[in-house]
Amino acid sequence: MTPAANAEKMLVVSGLETRFNTSRGPVAAVRDVNIEVGRGEIVGLVGESGSGKSVTGLSLMGLIDAPGEITGGRILLNGEDLRSVGGKRLRQLRGDRIAMIFQDPMMTLNPVLRIDTQMIEAIRAHDRKISREAARQRCRDALGLVGIPSPDERLLAYPHEFSGGMRQRVAIAIAMLNNPDIIIADEPTTALDVTIQAQILAEMQKLCRQRGTALIWVTHDLTVVAGLADRVYVMYAGSVVEQGPVDALLDRPIHPYTDGLIRSIPSHNEPGRPLHQIPGMTPALDRMPQGCRFHPRCARRTEGCLSEIPLMDFGGGRRARCIHPLVEG
Amino acid sequence: MTEPLIRAEKLSRRFARTPDFAARLASRFGAGAKPRVVHAVDEVDLAIGQGEVVGLVGESGCGKSTLGRIIAGIDRPTSGRVLYRGEDVAKAEGDHARHIALKVQMIFQDPLDCLNPRYRMGDIVGEAPKFHKVVPAREIDAHVDRVLSQCGVDTRMKDRFPHQFSGGQRQRIGIARALAVRPEMIVCDESVASLDVSIQAQIINLFMRLREELDLSYLFVSHDIGVVRHIADRVVVMYLGRVVEEGSAGELFAEPNHPYTQALLREVPRLDNRHASFNPLKGELPSPLSPPSGCHFHPRCPFAMERCRVERPALKEIAPGRRSACHLNDMAAVNRPAA
Ligand SMILES: Nc1ncnc2c1ncn2[C@@H]1O[C@H](COP(=O)(O)OP(=O)(O)OP(=O)(O)O)[C@@H](O)[C@H]1O
Ligand SMILES: Nc1ncnc2c1ncn2[C@@H]1O[C@H](COP(=O)(O)OP(=O)(O)O)[C@@H](O)[C@H]1O
Ligand code: SF4
Ligand code: SF4
Ligand SMILES: [Mg+2]
Ligand SMILES: [Mg+2]
Repeated sequence: MTPAANAEKMLVVSGLETRFNTSRGPVAAVRDVNIEVGRGEIVGLVGESGSGKSVTGLSLMGLIDAPGEITGGRILLNGEDLRSVGGKRLRQLRGDRIAMIFQDPMMTLNPVLRIDTQMIEAIRAHDRKISREAARQRCRDALGLVGIPSPDERLLAYPHEFSGGMRQRVAIAIAMLNNPDIIIADEPTTALDVTIQAQILAEMQKLCRQRGTALIWVTHDLTVVAGLADRVYVMYAGSVVEQGPVDALLDRPIHPYTDGLIRSIPSHNEPGRPLHQIPGMTPALDRMPQGCRFHPRCARRTEGCLSEIPLMDFGGGRRARCIHPLVEG
Repeated sequence: MTEPLIRAEKLSRRFARTPDFAARLASRFGAGAKPRVVHAVDEVDLAIGQGEVVGLVGESGCGKSTLGRIIAGIDRPTSGRVLYRGEDVAKAEGDHARHIALKVQMIFQDPLDCLNPRYRMGDIVGEAPKFHKVVPAREIDAHVDRVLSQCGVDTRMKDRFPHQFSGGQRQRIGIARALAVRPEMIVCDESVASLDVSIQAQIINLFMRLREELDLSYLFVSHDIGVVRHIADRVVVMYLGRVVEEGSAGELFAEPNHPYTQALLREVPRLDNRHASFNPLKGELPSPLSPPSGCHFHPRCPFAMERCRVERPALKEIAPGRRSACHLNDMAAVNRPAA
């Protein structure tokens, strides 16, 4: 176990439930999600599209808007419950103690403002007393840190003058500006090329290690998580079905869904041979199967799988929701 | 050697960019008045044999889709030619030209973009074979059913519209539509890129099964190296419009020759690469509007020499069936820097 994983739990999410009101009534996009992140820890949140990764990230940031609503659970950041602190305090914490990076950097960047204007504003929002020159210096340092050459010139540019990879770096620099305790990164490299993705992974990893910033890396790509994360959470149909240290989870998965995902990855199969495939597809929110939500696609299912399956402890920091696990606890 | 199914000779495709407002303004003050041209595909030679799967990899904007579209006959080259079984497709005429055109079909990333939203699924698949009289009119329905079942689509859903299908199902319909005209080759452009891993595996398996059953050839365009490694017999690597390396999948992945291929393969995230310390290639992808001189890769290449800045390296055979475009291959092995 990494030293970071033993450290004090800085973010503790328990029993998170987030619902959306649809024409067919309220549906839960996220149900009974529990996540703990230690200081400086890098955690991967993995799942296929629609599994609830983004909704979880947005819930932690307090960014769920109507027709969505957090309907249950607690989100403790350094012991403070983000659900009850109130709007003013939440805005204070956001961008200062907890920050988010999105797949599309233009979610963070304003297209009509120069980069320096946006970055200085992000600093001054949380530090009214800082001088403009000191703020500018911090922006320069931040851009340098994420590998943007000639930061002085770049500060004067507009977002459209940057490539996709550079824009994502600027978004990361902004998230890093106030030295937050934790950053939630929602698929920030999914749209980027392999070599650019590798640069960004390298920089995020270095920054987090240097500064002790914790990171929740949200992705559909298990191979990215393999290289980056200390621990992994696997989501399926709105719940975490398995969690644990990266090596144990990838080498000896407990849950049949985790196992199926790993075995469907092309590079994990012999070239030219049929890939392992999980039959069927993920269920729609308003048509969630009873009991274990994976049961219609699971080869190990029995009668017992039709009742609600709790998250069970398998030791060594491992947990999973399955009554016929692939690894004994 | 027998003539391959498809052969491309010195294919080039240039796009003229109309300058934007800022550029026009700048040119009025005497700066950079020259018209801007993108060399999307730059003298590419390529052969695809009967039943062969050729993977085409490279980073965004390097010309993969443009090359794929030309091979599929959707776009025309600025210069160079495409040969179908030795015959120049641009010279074919009339019915014969139409017949040849059907032989290569293309499938895109999101089939919804090219599936007419107002057509029912059965009509989408049946339209082209009906128009081109691929089967007699009274056999169209049976033909459509056969192709759909082959692609794993429930024929009872023929009356549904494209938006009523999931991403994986739409991809199957896109494949069925391409197969309905009985092509010999399919150009797949990022055809599994937007699918979830578990659905992606289903579609890749379908591609491989169809190849077996129908002796199909594929040009498989993808930025996903893992997918290409799994499915391709031969791999072609492009960088800024040019082929930089080519070889059998096994050899190229085991021992990449070109420094760009080496970097690309090193940086593909792998499941067995834990707690990695990333050591990425430096530098941005250069703009295709002003590619670097000589070897396009030289500003990012750890081995770049003076010669690389001035002279374009030719794509040369380095071993039987393997080609690479790098000046290092002209140096004696003892003088070569270690990769
Ligand atoms: N119709 C067009 N007009 C002008 N430029 C074009 C056109 N089509 C492509 N290009 C340019 O040609 C180059 C190659 O584009 P292409 O779409 O073939 O790249 P690609 O390798 O498929 O990239 P991606 O991985 O992003 O799909 C790019 O610089 C692109 O901007
Ligand atoms: N604003 C919204 N209104 C209704 N449903 C939503 C909304 N946002 C997300 N959902 C639903 O919540 C589920 C989880 O979505 P999301 O967290 O975005 O998945 P992902 O794991 O791909 O990030 C999906 O079924 C999605 O359709
Ligand atoms: S609980 Fe049952 S259905 Fe669910 S994953 Fe485990 S074995 Fe499969
Ligand atoms: S030709 Fe020169 S710059 Fe280009 S890849 Fe070879 S060594 Fe590098
Ligand atoms: Mg998402
Ligand atoms: Mg393309």
